[in-house]
Amino acid sequence: MRAVETAQQAPKAVELRNITKRFPGVVANKDINLAVSRGSVHAIVGENGAGKSTLMKTLYGMHRPDEGEIFVDGQKVVMHSPSDAIEHGIGMVHQHFKLADNFTVLENIILGSEPHRGPALDFAAARERIVRIAADYGLEVDPDALVEDLGVGDRQRVEILKVLYRGARTLILDEPTAVLVPQEVDELFEALGGLKAEGLAILFISHKLDEVLSVADEITVIRRGTTVATVDPKEVTAQQLAELMVGSELPSPETRESTVTETPVLALEGVGLTHDGRALLSDIGFTIHAGEVLGIAGVEGNGQAELVETIMGMRQPTAGTIRLGDSEITSWSTRARREAGIGYIPEDRIRHGLLLEAPLWENRILGHQTLPPSAKGLLLDVKAAKADTERIVAEYDVRTPGIDVLAGALSGGNQQKLIVGREMSSKPRLLIAAHPTRGVDVGAQAGIWDLLRDARANGLAVLLISADLDELIGLSDTLHVILRGRLVAQVDPATVTPEQLGSAMTGAGQRGGTAA
Amino acid sequence: MSGRLGRVVVALVAPLLAIAFAVVVTSIILAFTGHPPFEVFSTMIEYGTRPRTVTLTVNSAITYYLSALAVAIGFKMNLFNIGVDGQYRLAAMLAAAVGGAVSLPAPLHVALIVLVAMAVGAFWAGIAGLLRTSRGVSEVISTIMLNFIATGIVAYLLAPDRLAEPIAGSNNIGTAPIPESGRIPGLSLIPGSSNEVYGFIILAAFVGAAYWFTLSRTRFGFDLRATGANQAAAVASGVNVKKMVVTTMLLSGAVAGLVGMPQLLGASYTYSLDFPAGLGFTGIAIALLGRNSPIGIAFAALLWGFLENSAQILDLEGIPKEIVQIMQGVIVLSVVIAYELVRRWQVRRVASNVGKQLGTADESSPATTGASA
Repeated sequence: MRAVETAQQAPKAVELRNITKRFPGVVANKDINLAVSRGSVHAIVGENGAGKSTLMKTLYGMHRPDEGEIFVDGQKVVMHSPSDAIEHGIGMVHQHFKLADNFTVLENIILGSEPHRGPALDFAAARERIVRIAADYGLEVDPDALVEDLGVGDRQRVEILKVLYRGARTLILDEPTAVLVPQEVDELFEALGGLKAEGLAILFISHKLDEVLSVADEITVIRRGTTVATVDPKEVTAQQLAELMVGSELPSPETRESTVTETPVLALEGVGLTHDGRALLSDIGFTIHAGEVLGIAGVEGNGQAELVETIMGMRQPTAGTIRLGDSEITSWSTRARREAGIGYIPEDRIRHGLLLEAPLWENRILGHQTLPPSAKGLLLDVKAAKADTERIVAEYDVRTPGIDVLAGALSGGNQQKLIVGREMSSKPRLLIAAHPTRGVDVGAQAGIWDLLRDARANGLAVLLISADLDELIGLSDTLHVILRGRLVAQVDPATVTPEQLGSAMTGAGQRGGTAA
Repeated sequence: MSGRLGRVVVALVAPLLAIAFAVVVTSIILAFTGHPPFEVFSTMIEYGTRPRTVTLTVNSAITYYLSALAVAIGFKMNLFNIGVDGQYRLAAMLAAAVGGAVSLPAPLHVALIVLVAMAVGAFWAGIAGLLRTSRGVSEVISTIMLNFIATGIVAYLLAPDRLAEPIAGSNNIGTAPIPESGRIPGLSLIPGSSNEVYGFIILAAFVGAAYWFTLSRTRFGFDLRATGANQAAAVASGVNVKKMVVTTMLLSGAVAGLVGMPQLLGASYTYSLDFPAGLGFTGIAIALLGRNSPIGIAFAALLWGFLENSAQILDLEGIPKEIVQIMQGVIVLSVVIAYELVRRWQVRRVASNVGKQLGTADESSPATTGASA
């Protein structure tokens, strides 16, 4: 605590002022303001795509901001590369470890900044320094162990040591707990306490609110590319943070009368998914009927993406069955599922939904290669595909000069409208909509909501995944909460408030679920 | 620039720049070694445009074209089939042995030889495809290794007790000559030339057309291109990537099997110790230069053939003809760089054009931030 107090008079370890970073057609960060004190853990929270990674890349010198200034210990700096950042004492621990498996801990730590005596490596000096750093900060690890024999928590410690070895005084930890089991998380937090006591500044990026609340001294919330608030974790609840992250100024997505029928369209029973011994999904079971929107609420990274990919056939469940209408589709290919009438609006449209360097009309074909109007037998029907793309562009108000434009040239919102139009145009029975309005402006958002409502009235079954609690509550007929790969609660969207939903999402209280 | 014209210009700028750059570099080297560059080039052009040399150029280009198409099929899916070389040599030798051992009516005989060659090429490339899908072995490594194995197999089989016999009037050995019914007659395409263009040119053109049609007009071709452009999106769209990898390698290998055919069926009629080798690697360079387009590859193959054949005169003039190899190397290196530069410039240009046409050149709406990070 004493360290925090003295630090408050001293210059900030790192300060960002009015940072703006644009990519072609997109503003990733806008007017970011952030100040991190020495001897503190400063958390940055925001949903996926809010601009956290862009900000960290700016701070780590991986790209230069278009506007704004960076100060390190009160000095203005300009960083051209990560090595500049390291020189200024800023180090980054990536979410995905960058270690050489077949090297020892010692070799990994010195890799890239090897001490040498003449032409020979000076292992003795390196070892001495590593042991000293490890002891100082309480990060114990055997320097001679092979990295491939280490567990995830130990590997992370090696990554942190590696950064400290290069003299970092400010650590950026990008989603450090994403890969850890709870005990390892506790160990990490203990280690962070040690680093803090030694006067280091730590930037902790996460979207797991409960963890952030327990470890951070200050929390900055990023939403839609800009810093919206900096709060004291002692004075804020998880629900309030969630609201800050998601924002609640959006138009109401409420549905009117129920259109839910008795016809089951998608039924999951006991679906489980295990990967490398980690259970990503356990015992998921629900049924979506024709005319029903089933919403899944949850803090990101709790199994939503895996659930969607399992239903789409991109991952094979390790347990349970999936039925579409009367057919069991558990072992069907993705293509067969799409042909059977599943539409898919992916969470990450760039990665899963588009060919950025292909024209719009080819993107219209993607995912519908075997369906009319794109295909005629084994051939593509280019003419019909182009005509249908023109229709989508007109009906869904995709702002583009033409259909021969490359998809990558459109703004995110227009890309999303194209995807929504494409998925709806094959008249699906079931639509999987993962964050259907993410990155879309308010007008288009209302349009997409109308569309989902109309389709639902016409008997479409929808699985809706969203981080926008208002959207979930407003559109869903049935609402489940997912936490650590399990459906932990079912709430009634007619009565639940975003606050109640937020606390169910973080696993606080309501674990048994309220009556539906 | 209107859309289509703009694209053609863009497609031409990069290779022309690269060739110009290669000419400059070669000129510097020539001047440095005491040969006047202008004279060297004009000698090459004079010799290269003689009807006889033109025919040779076209004949080389036919072979290069097939080889580059085989490579390009893989490139379109980000698969690097470095093994075209081994595939075509093994295919040509076995096809030659089969062709020399049977006697059939003419069209069937030719068809049999060609089919055997395609099957052997596909089989050899398919091994690499299966290794990749079942064991995750990089196709780059496995095809290189398969090249060595192919060399070994060819050397083993091409022995007097096995598939080879002595060739009359020389120390060479080769497979039994393919009888008249299994040969493809040449065509007198170039006026004033005493030699003929390989009749296989018709088949090569057909393969080029089939390549274009399959890639741009069939579902399979779309799946292939989608997988190459964005594998994750292709998977989400329902493409079975493992199946695509194997199929693509089989197709690439089948076309690779054709590489030796113009020579075998149009000139040598036997696979002997001096059957041309290394054509598979030339194919990689030409596919790069021609940007995997069937038309682009045709021009690249002709350029390559021209350089190679017109260089034959240089030795007579006391100029080392290896200068042409330097030029080819520089072309390939600079074309790779030039394409990347032009591509980036084009992506930027399109993005800003779209912005301008929509009147939102500087998209500052925070609503678009979802695409980042």
